[in-house]
Amino acid sequence: MPTHTTEPAPAADAALVPAPRGPNVRARRTGRAKDWARRAPLLPALVFLVVVTQLPFLATVVISFTRWNALAPDNRGFAALDNYRAVFTDPAMRASVGTTVLLTVTVVLVSLLLGLGLALLLDRGFRGRGIVRTLLITPFLIVPVASALLWKHALYNASYGLLNGSLTWIWRLFGSEHPPQPDWMTDSPLAAVEMSLIWQWTPFMMLILLAGLQSRASDAVEAARMDGASAWDIFRYLTLPHLRRYLELAALLGTVYVVQNFDAVFTITSGGLGTANLPYTIYQTVYQSHDYGRASAQGVVVVLCSLLVATFALRTVSSLLREEVTS
Amino acid sequence: MRARPPGPGRGGRSLGLTALAAALALTTAGCYRGAGDAGNDSRHTLNVLMVNNPQMVDLQRLTAEHFTKETGIKVHFTVLPEDDLRDKMSQDFSSQAGQYDVASVSNYETPIYARNGWLSPLGERAAKDRTFDQGDILPPVRSSLTAADGKVYAEPFYGESSFLMYRKDLLKAAGLKMPARPTWHQVAGLAAKLDGSRKGLKGICLRGQPGWGQLAAPLTTVVNTFGGTWFDKDWRQQVDSPAFTEATKFYVDLVRRHGQAGAPQAGYTECLNDMQQGKVAMWYDATAGAGSLESGGSKVAGKVGYAPAPVERTRAAGWLFTWAWGVQKASTHQDAAWRFVRWASGKGYERLVGRELGWSRVPGGKRASLYRNPEYAKEAGAFAVPTERAINSARPRDPGVQPRPAPGIQFVGIPEFADLGTKVSTEISAAIAGKQSVPEALKKSRRLAQEVSDAYAHH
Repeated sequence: MPTHTTEPAPAADAALVPAPRGPNVRARRTGRAKDWARRAPLLPALVFLVVVTQLPFLATVVISFTRWNALAPDNRGFAALDNYRAVFTDPAMRASVGTTVLLTVTVVLVSLLLGLGLALLLDRGFRGRGIVRTLLITPFLIVPVASALLWKHALYNASYGLLNGSLTWIWRLFGSEHPPQPDWMTDSPLAAVEMSLIWQWTPFMMLILLAGLQSRASDAVEAARMDGASAWDIFRYLTLPHLRRYLELAALLGTVYVVQNFDAVFTITSGGLGTANLPYTIYQTVYQSHDYGRASAQGVVVVLCSLLVATFALRTVSSLLREEVTS
Repeated sequence: MRARPPGPGRGGRSLGLTALAAALALTTAGCYRGAGDAGNDSRHTLNVLMVNNPQMVDLQRLTAEHFTKETGIKVHFTVLPEDDLRDKMSQDFSSQAGQYDVASVSNYETPIYARNGWLSPLGERAAKDRTFDQGDILPPVRSSLTAADGKVYAEPFYGESSFLMYRKDLLKAAGLKMPARPTWHQVAGLAAKLDGSRKGLKGICLRGQPGWGQLAAPLTTVVNTFGGTWFDKDWRQQVDSPAFTEATKFYVDLVRRHGQAGAPQAGYTECLNDMQQGKVAMWYDATAGAGSLESGGSKVAGKVGYAPAPVERTRAAGWLFTWAWGVQKASTHQDAAWRFVRWASGKGYERLVGRELGWSRVPGGKRASLYRNPEYAKEAGAFAVPTERAINSARPRDPGVQPRPAPGIQFVGIPEFADLGTKVSTEISAAIAGKQSVPEALKKSRRLAQEVSDAYAHH
């Protein structure tokens, strides 16, 4: 990540101000040389970064203006805005935007709340805390496709899944032979996808919030306690304000990741029953329609939207960093 | 070009990589040809691109020790999931970059690729090759790998059809009998009687998971035998025709009334599990499923009977699918490539797998000789004959009651079908879930099919 210098870049500075004569010209020049001496070692990395991230994106932008379908190798050419028109008029694409927003917001908010609860619990001292923390983090370490498969087969499956098996077992305890056997993935397909993602992302939220909690000075809390503040008051007036930045950071990072989720949708519902999100729709355009032009246009649109979100995320992170430095 | 296929999970950015790779491939296509001298074919390396099915992984294990030892030809394998494979293959073959000498092509791609001039014809080589014995290949499989010009463009590695698997013991307990050649309505009647005859037992398992290779495959075989088709011979779409509607309604009703729980997300794997766990009494699916049902760890081994694919208005209804080896036209190692193909598709390889890994692992369904092999019959006794019969009764060029514009039983042999079949099956899967009616689903599908009709109408 490039470091943000708060001072204006000297190069720009020099371009704006006509160079005054006098001794400070030399000083400025040596200052600039020093600046470059500091930056030079970073240049190869910067060039490399631009080449591997920006050039492919430029290629995508170029392709998004071409008529290029792998099924019709002879029919290639300049398409102007046709692909973009297709993207914005495609009902499947429009539906998947709604699905993506709903999926992302639900997953991020719920896992944030659960993560907050778990972080508050883990912030207390108790025996075996290390083990509990490790166990809670585990879902985040599982390969996404594997976790999606686990949810689809081992848990949700209506005839051999654990959820319905548990229902059968509980009902049998009470002597009933007819337990309800809901078909989880059919009755609430989007909720089924969301559940598996919440399970996966709660540990991530918990980790960030736990780090926030542990960076808190304990004397303020103790002083509040001495003054007779209740636990709720402490949470409301001390903990929450302190955690606000961490909550924002966790929410924004989570959003950036969950927007891109593909594995759960692909594995659990195959994009059926209104669960196709943007990455899945783009995947279908590439792998089934083989329409590279339109897929690139879809990609460009999604990247532009993601950039908006990412901008906010980065702003939050940098303000957080600044605060760390000044405090 | 060594760019990775796009990881779909990484949003739009990864497309950029592919796009760049593709853009470069465009500029270099035509001037890049695989290095190596065509004169000395036993000294160099073959690049093989193949799908990541277990049979292929076995082949990869056996190649160095046997093929390379015998011929001196080294083989580099690139193994990919089906979707990635098709994408990479169409990129490499359409630009004729020659990066891959041999690729696993199914009977869906073979005629399409051949028409585009991307594959080398193999028929003449095979006919000259006495030990290969082209006449031993099952006729429908051979015909499905033959292009419109009458030449064979790929040699099969394994083949499959579809049939009805049913629990003999459960039918007997319920006092029912499976007809020798059941119709769909008879099967629906049996499913109704078997449904609930034991606690937690469903009548039948049928795929409901969206996908042209999932729900669309068995559904299309039902459509064929009910007298329907996706397109008539003049490319007019028939998706909302009475026969197509009747077949779809029948399929959706059957699976909703007497089918497995969780049908809208159930594909091949889920049905196999349901059948193995004794949750369903019947299963209409790929002949390959029988191998798993009869394998050592299966609870239902020995209890399963096999009936031909149920019919209504046609003589047979089983599908036909085969993974085969095609040689890229631009490959500079045509001779070495053929030597690999004849080894992998030959009789000797089947015997080799039987010896080294066990007869249940043999890639079958392609040669008549395998079904006369006593050792194989001992291993696959219950389903060997039904499988061979199912494949031999498949007619990929005439699977229904009307002439077709393109080959294919459970698919339409045009590049657009992957997209069309997937989108239509997504709508029908929603009908299985009860989110919409079959006519509604087909009304939406009609628009999609019409686009394909329009594209082909002026041909």
